[in-house]
Amino acid sequence: MKIKSLEFKIFSPKMIKDMSAVKIEQPELYDADGFPIESGLCDPRLGVVDPGLRCRTCGGMIGQCLGHFGHLELTKPVVNPLYGKKIYTILLSVCRKCSKPLVDEEELKHMKNPMGEIYKLKKKSCPHCGEKQKELSFSKPTSFREGKNELNPEEIRQRLEKVSDEDVEALRIKGGRPEWLILTILPIPPVTVRPSITLETGERSEDDLTHKLVDVVRINERLKKNLELGAPDFIIADIWELLQYHISTYMDNEISTLPAARHRSGRALRTLIQRLSKKDGRFRGYLSGKRVNFSARTVISPDPRLSMLEVGVPEVIAKELTLPIKVNKYNLTEIRKIIANGPNTHPGANYLVRPDGIKKKITEENKKDISKEVDVGFLVERQLKDGDVVVFNRQPSLHRMSMMAHKVRVMKHTRTFTMNLTVTIPYNADFDGDEMNLHVPQTEEAQVEAEMLMATENHIRSPRYGSPIISCKQDHISGIYLLTKDGTKFDKKTAAELLMAIGLKDKIDELKNEVTGKELFSFLLPKKLNIEYKASIYTRTKKTEEFGVDDLVVIKNGVLKQGAIDENSLGEKKGALINILEQMDKRVAREFIDRVSRLSLEMVTKYGFSMSVSDQDVSDRAKKKIKDMVSGFEEESRKVIKDYESGRMKKAPGLSLRDVLEASILRLVGDASREASKIVKDDLTDESNPVVMMAKTGARGSYVNLTQMCAFVGQESLEGKRIYRGFTNRTTSHFGKNDFSLKARGFVASSYKEGLDPIEFFFDAMNSRENLMDKSLHTRHSGYMERRLINAMQDLHVGYDRTVRDSHNNIVQFIAGEDGLDPSKTDGGKPLIKLLNQG
Amino acid sequence: MDGNLYKIIGGIMSKEEIDIFQSALVAKHEVLNEDEKIILLKNLHVLEKQFPKIKSSDPAVKAVGAKKGDLIKITRVSEIAGTSIYYRVVVN
Repeated sequence: MKIKSLEFKIFSPKMIKDMSAVKIEQPELYDADGFPIESGLCDPRLGVVDPGLRCRTCGGMIGQCLGHFGHLELTKPVVNPLYGKKIYTILLSVCRKCSKPLVDEEELKHMKNPMGEIYKLKKKSCPHCGEKQKELSFSKPTSFREGKNELNPEEIRQRLEKVSDEDVEALRIKGGRPEWLILTILPIPPVTVRPSITLETGERSEDDLTHKLVDVVRINERLKKNLELGAPDFIIADIWELLQYHISTYMDNEISTLPAARHRSGRALRTLIQRLSKKDGRFRGYLSGKRVNFSARTVISPDPRLSMLEVGVPEVIAKELTLPIKVNKYNLTEIRKIIANGPNTHPGANYLVRPDGIKKKITEENKKDISKEVDVGFLVERQLKDGDVVVFNRQPSLHRMSMMAHKVRVMKHTRTFTMNLTVTIPYNADFDGDEMNLHVPQTEEAQVEAEMLMATENHIRSPRYGSPIISCKQDHISGIYLLTKDGTKFDKKTAAELLMAIGLKDKIDELKNEVTGKELFSFLLPKKLNIEYKASIYTRTKKTEEFGVDDLVVIKNGVLKQGAIDENSLGEKKGALINILEQMDKRVAREFIDRVSRLSLEMVTKYGFSMSVSDQDVSDRAKKKIKDMVSGFEEESRKVIKDYESGRMKKAPGLSLRDVLEASILRLVGDASREASKIVKDDLTDESNPVVMMAKTGARGSYVNLTQMCAFVGQESLEGKRIYRGFTNRTTSHFGKNDFSLKARGFVASSYKEGLDPIEFFFDAMNSRENLMDKSLHTRHSGYMERRLINAMQDLHVGYDRTVRDSHNNIVQFIAGEDGLDPSKTDGGKPLIKLLNQG
Repeated sequence: MDGNLYKIIGGIMSKEEIDIFQSALVAKHEVLNEDEKIILLKNLHVLEKQFPKIKSSDPAVKAVGAKKGDLIKITRVSEIAGTSIYYRVVVN
């Protein structure tokens, strides 16, 4: 049946009564023997939660009977706390005596939004009966005042009842009669909605909702008793208000003006609204997101021996995760062997499904029999084994490379997922305790689809910047630079060892007695490769474009003729080599990445690569130069400050004099850092200095970091300005007020190696803390931004005519992204020549 | 109110005299003729109501004198594609 339309309405008292199976009258749940009390909140007619029992209303067992509503007749009516505002707008639109709308009928007809407009007219008296209107006020969530008098729900209900059906329509009140907003009967949800749990001790623990309902029923009964006794009005009013409170918190326990109802332990109760809203509510927690089977999660760790396409799965996990395999005459013998292994020996099987649909667990006892029994047409739930396609994921899943398909490598003695280091970048993973998830596609279609669309090798090129994202980093770069830089030579034995590490056993015969690193590297390149580009170690220090020994990378027919391999060849975004290989063939690129990363790490472990404090030593000459330079800039800053203080400072458009001062000091400080950087760069010329090597090759760090370590740290900033906060007009009490000098405003003249003085240290900590805060705030904001974008765009698609459309086929863009290009198929945003040639 | 604003700022110019297309920030707007409109709708396999919309009160729409139901061709300068073409249908 097709749903044509859906309408949301408010329950009328009659509807509540009609659907009710029980009239609730008792606040107790169970009697002394532990049986549920009739007409109590756990009345057996409300449904079943205990296994074995039958529902007293429908006779259904647990699972068959969804439960039945009951009802509670409220002794006195109560405002529905969720509709306080609505009631208020209706009351404002209607005469306090005759309940007619407070405008002429003619005027009413022309109003688009009558209830939004009538109260603005502020009619002093009713146009129909002439009654003088009084000031009405509403305070959240449920109290109404008219003049000085509190309006009680009974009075409100009387007014609302008097509004005629015609007026209801004229006022455009939808969803039922207005008086239904005042509760006279409360629906009691079935016990299946609020199941009680039996603890091991035999004690029963009730759901939050039941607790709250007990309160409601108890107060309702007390109110009834007091009314019967003829208690004084103020007592009645008190109890009535209490009933209102309990019903309000029963529906929403996070009303800001009401204290939350609490559990005995002090925890706030989770009532109706809380069950639905927020992250763990019904919508986000259960409807938009669900838990899945056939998945696993553990800590990750690195394994450079794995291909970037593989993921190492611990055997203990592989035994748990299964794949349904249909038995046919081709795989019958293999399946029999697997079943014979049983569930405890690795490539085994856990379940068997016979053609008649009966599922049987395979155990150590029955594995032999089942192995014989199994035949064509059976379905076997086989354990995960080498080569199976799985989807590997790390949260937050911010882009499509956060979920990629890998092939399984079952690892005997591990308990972590292992992965190649190059895929660490797209997942944004490290190994300081990160955990990742793994999912097993359960059908052949799903497996093939995952492999074709999600395999890591299809995601080497990022759709964000159109160049490699699966690429080399840190030690990979250091290692490959050490290997390919000028002068690296190996004897035949060492070269053979390196070749063995990357699985090129057959190339060993081609080795000469002495092999250069470049020759060794060339084994990784396809024969038809020709390319020429600048390495990252190339810096344009000289005026003319002059290349040093390894500055220009030249590859001819797959042989590295000159140049060192570094970040510009293999790094993220830059990697020219990965880039061109990916354009040639994704599988070639994958093999290359696997081998390069393996080879470079082998190199770096064999020959060692480490830095020490002395690597940041600069010569005394440079040290003096830096010191002089800093004092020069300090002198200059003092001059600028003097200018400012004496009023000789030049004005600049759009800036206050203070701004001009700050701007010129910031410029000075920036110049100082740049100058220092230059001095350090010129002083640290030793090619074998590992810190310099890392900065030059792009393996890690930069000259800025280097300068901070061996010259001085420079200006610390807070909110983009020099440090200015702390005391009145000064940063710390070590300085006078309005001291604008470098030192007083967070300039750190010591280097990290020398160590900072306490004041500098404090400024440095301020800066670090700001960075830390910004980082966490930023991730939170961008996470929410992401969610909003995903929700807004989730059903947009690109059609075959390259238009972007939504689910109603409305056009959003006439050509996707204005140029119709898929950036993951471009070279840094420009279309790939190869693809263009194909048309 | 805002009619007066122009006069005050412009001194001499009235609102009608200002050519908004002089501004680099206003893209080129053209009204499609009936034939062009039919061809476009046919090529894209869409109904008019599936088009992006533009209000008839939009200054650019008023400037090119388009009426309700007209298709407007908007040629924008695009950082990505150089120029990009967009269409909108005029609504009230």
